[in-house]
Amino acid sequence: MDAPEEKPTSGLPHGAAMQRNIVRRRRKGTVLRSIFLGSTLIGLVALAVLLFTIINDSFGLVALDYKVDPATLSDRPLEELSRDELVVILQDNISSNAFRTLERTTPMAQRSEGDVLGLVLERVVKQSVAGTWSLTDSLLNRSAIEAQVAAESPAATLKFRSWLSGGFLTTPMSSNALIAGVRTALFGSLWMIGITILFAFPIGTGAAIYLEEYARDNRFNRIIQTNINNLAGVPSIIYGMLGLAVFVRLLEPVTSGRVFGVEGSNGRTILSASLTMMLLILPIIIINAQEAIRAVPLSLRQASYGLGATKWQTIRHHVLPGAMPGILTGTILAVSRAIGETAPLIVVGASTFIVSDPDGPFSKFTALPIQIYNWTSRAQGEFGNIAAAAIMVLLVMLLTLNSIAVLIRNRLSRRAS
Amino acid sequence: MTTQDRYTLNARNMSVFYGSFKAINSVNLDIERNKITALIGPSGCGKSTVLRSFNRMNDLVPSARVEGEVIFHNQNLYAPHVDAVEVRRRIGMVFQKPNPFPKSIYDNIAFGPRISGWKGSKTEMDDLVEHSLRNAALWDDVKDKLKASGLALSGGQQQRLCIARALAVEPEVILMDEPCSALDPISTLKIEELMMELKQRYTIVIVTHNMQQAARASDYTAFFLMNAERAGEIVEYGPTGDLFTNPKDKRTEDYITGRFG
Repeated sequence: MDAPEEKPTSGLPHGAAMQRNIVRRRRKGTVLRSIFLGSTLIGLVALAVLLFTIINDSFGLVALDYKVDPATLSDRPLEELSRDELVVILQDNISSNAFRTLERTTPMAQRSEGDVLGLVLERVVKQSVAGTWSLTDSLLNRSAIEAQVAAESPAATLKFRSWLSGGFLTTPMSSNALIAGVRTALFGSLWMIGITILFAFPIGTGAAIYLEEYARDNRFNRIIQTNINNLAGVPSIIYGMLGLAVFVRLLEPVTSGRVFGVEGSNGRTILSASLTMMLLILPIIIINAQEAIRAVPLSLRQASYGLGATKWQTIRHHVLPGAMPGILTGTILAVSRAIGETAPLIVVGASTFIVSDPDGPFSKFTALPIQIYNWTSRAQGEFGNIAAAAIMVLLVMLLTLNSIAVLIRNRLSRRAS
Repeated sequence: MTTQDRYTLNARNMSVFYGSFKAINSVNLDIERNKITALIGPSGCGKSTVLRSFNRMNDLVPSARVEGEVIFHNQNLYAPHVDAVEVRRRIGMVFQKPNPFPKSIYDNIAFGPRISGWKGSKTEMDDLVEHSLRNAALWDDVKDKLKASGLALSGGQQQRLCIARALAVEPEVILMDEPCSALDPISTLKIEELMMELKQRYTIVIVTHNMQQAARASDYTAFFLMNAERAGEIVEYGPTGDLFTNPKDKRTEDYITGRFG
């Protein structure tokens, strides 16, 4: 473009000066754009490193040492044997005294197949882990690892093992990392979250409806609102202390189920944990639901009132349906936070070692994050591997919940328009 | 004819406040039965506020307060024992922007009767929906797609759906707040024709920015202006023909001839 004539009288740049000015302004945008891209990349790298570490620990070589080679016990792999066959092996290979002691604790007929398998591995095979290696090591330095195993524990066999497997999901907790699973923890987490939603969703939505639709704008209600906003930022361990004081101790007759006729438990139950989690996520649910309710257009409310609808009819037929996608999304996001919370559960008293599935709100329990926390704090390397596998289970659970949130939101907002 | 027979609504010294701000100063207005009364005036002069005071929609604004009286069937709408819900059922409203519910066309119409305690059968409801849509001149457009969303209609059809929806609860008065300002000229014309039809059975009060529309469609016109304290007042009120051809007030003449506003 030809530069028009310079007009020195104006404060605005003209001609070549204008072009230089534009280039300078554009350059500023380009620089900022690269900074923003950099920020995004940092986030992506952090995520990639996280996933890599977890996957790296979930699969890899493991050197297994036996006192008795399983192949000499049966011509089929031990995992495929029935309970009765396993009992026979057990009976044949340990002293009759030891077998009677086991039978006295729990009769063989009442033990599960996994339980008997555990006994066989523990008492007969005396399987132990001589060493574990990460996925990258296993793939890149296989020969070095083989040499090392041959030198240090010549009897051990080297196998590639996926720590995350179907069996890992369906077997209960065990002190032997090779046969430990997350079944108990998975059920504990599901029970806890189910009951949390049962309480938190109606209470949170109700509070949001009151605050948005009914509460007058006065000092008292403003104080309530400010406090709810602040509560969303309170550290979770403090909710744990509150849960311990109120639900575990003060309300023990209720949370242990004694008033409902359930005997033999204390206040450290799923119910206590769920109520504590409810307190933790209520502020988040309320704030999200309030925003969703506020986003329902005024014109819709006016149309409803204009036809002679009462306040509740307007809320019931127009405000809530319009706000429901937002309320549900907020609830599910809050719940996924609750699934990953560890600190309040430790304080409220989740059990770290428990092998029986929870059977109701009044049973003792453990949860996935507790299990992960427990395993990562063990010294033996193989517990690090099952901790990584359990983290993958937890992540999949979170991703599933978030996808459900997206699906619900899409379906409901499509229906609304 | 007694006053009560001739007029549907009478505003007596009606003033509206938002907090401490006086938005409307002492309006006296008699709305004649089965006629179309237009409220005109520049932006911000309080026409819509006056309109919304006629069915207590201003109650929805927490700071709003009405002084004076609005008489409807010998009854002050702002008397303590009067229920705003009943007022709004008997005095319906159509808004500036078409605002159908995000539901089917059928449910849009059926909503009002249902929430007002409709006791009739399904067939009677079908009849009511058809009747309301016919009265709003929309039946032929939508009779094959009553289950379709109300939001799928064009702007003009949506506004007629809103009118049909208002008719379904059998009001006596229909308040229209600039019902055509979001519509194209052809849809506007259809709404105006519809208003002419509807005034046989209903009393219509319409706020409009469009002076041609007021002149074309209304029987009476009230001209509003802000006074020195920025409160809206009626400058002149009378039969539309007189007000437009022979305004008594200089300010009315200036406004309708386009000298300001």
